[in-house]
Amino acid sequence: MYTQGLDAPEPDRAAAVAGDVLAGRFQARIDGEDKIEPKDWMPDGYRQTLIRQISQHAHSEIVGMLPEGNWITRAPTLLRKAILIAKVQDEGGHGAYLYSATETLGVSREELIDQLLAGKAKYSSIFNYPTPTWADIGAIGWLVDGAAIMNQIPLCRCSYGPYARAMIRICKEESFHQRQGYDIMLRLAQGTAAQRQMAQDALNRWWWPSLMMFGPSDAESKHSAQSMSWKIKRFSNDELRQKFVDFTVPQADYLGLRVPDSELRWDPDAGCYRFGVIDWTEFNEVLKGHGPCNRERLEARRKAHADGAWVRDAAVVYAEKQQRRSAGKAA
Amino acid sequence: MTVSKDWPLYEIFIRARGGLDHKHVGSVHAADARMALEHARDVYTRRLEGVSIWVVRSTDIVASDPGEADELFEPARDKVYRHPTFYDIPEAVKTL
Repeated sequence: MYTQGLDAPEPDRAAAVAGDVLAGRFQARIDGEDKIEPKDWMPDGYRQTLIRQISQHAHSEIVGMLPEGNWITRAPTLLRKAILIAKVQDEGGHGAYLYSATETLGVSREELIDQLLAGKAKYSSIFNYPTPTWADIGAIGWLVDGAAIMNQIPLCRCSYGPYARAMIRICKEESFHQRQGYDIMLRLAQGTAAQRQMAQDALNRWWWPSLMMFGPSDAESKHSAQSMSWKIKRFSNDELRQKFVDFTVPQADYLGLRVPDSELRWDPDAGCYRFGVIDWTEFNEVLKGHGPCNRERLEARRKAHADGAWVRDAAVVYAEKQQRRSAGKAA
Repeated sequence: MTVSKDWPLYEIFIRARGGLDHKHVGSVHAADARMALEHARDVYTRRLEGVSIWVVRSTDIVASDPGEADELFEPARDKVYRHPTFYDIPEAVKTL
């Protein structure tokens, strides 16, 4: 009677049935547009998907500070420097909101940062491209932040409460990023022939990587269907990419710049732009770590983390000393 | 010497303007409460989103269990008479 072999099947079946009931209730809440909060029951797959997605997003914000941080000292005016510092500080803030949202799922920030530094975590491959000229800073704000906003606005309605709330905050701030980027492009486009060429060159280099930011095509995307039914994701990669192209091409026209796609044309019947085929082989190379700056970015993060270790340690020791002192006074 | 442990987590509450309640906005890691206040300022009020900040160690918060929400809030469920709309007042009676 107490033999494990005989006892085992019963509780297992009971647990499985209970699990099905919970999963059914969970999906019903999602379908009813209810938000899921940290202490609510959730399927393990939902938790793991969110940890993966939100932490990758957080890492992207942190690594995204690097290509722009390189330009703070070289920005052409004091105002441009101040604006760029504010933007880079925002990215750090976005990383902080997103790490805290991930922590509500039961994983520590320390673990996440360790994964990033060990090269085990992914971040947006867009940040593995170099920023050789000032126009790149304009193109990043306009295109990269523009694509990010397109991706992020639907996330404000994501079924997981802490992620949705972080995204609302982030989207408000991203709008400044995109507009300051376009402002840089506008000034260059209205400038000398050399400045216009610089703007065109940046558009040429950032256009396709920006389109790739929306991820693989719907047919290739392996996580999409489940994320859609969990309402983590609201629109497919291709839908968002199309919307981005439709919004951005007229903005390039206004600048008098040419989008580097010979197949790009307006389709009056469909009411949208048709664009050329994306070269995914390049994307996959960058994703695998063979992009122009993959090594450099991670090394910069590792160095910053290592160089800051003594500060983090000193702060802990100081806090402990203060606590001992105030305990001494109280006694 | 390496201490190498992450700073503890603090929950952040911000009063957006005088007259409003402090509202939970998120969390920050900090070595102590004073640093938590400074980090909260940098992370959550870069655009003048607040006039006052509270920080509380996350481990000091006691929360109700969402799994027991039904039982916890059950007593209020059958007391509709607590709402003014429960009562039908003749139309002739004014300002009530």
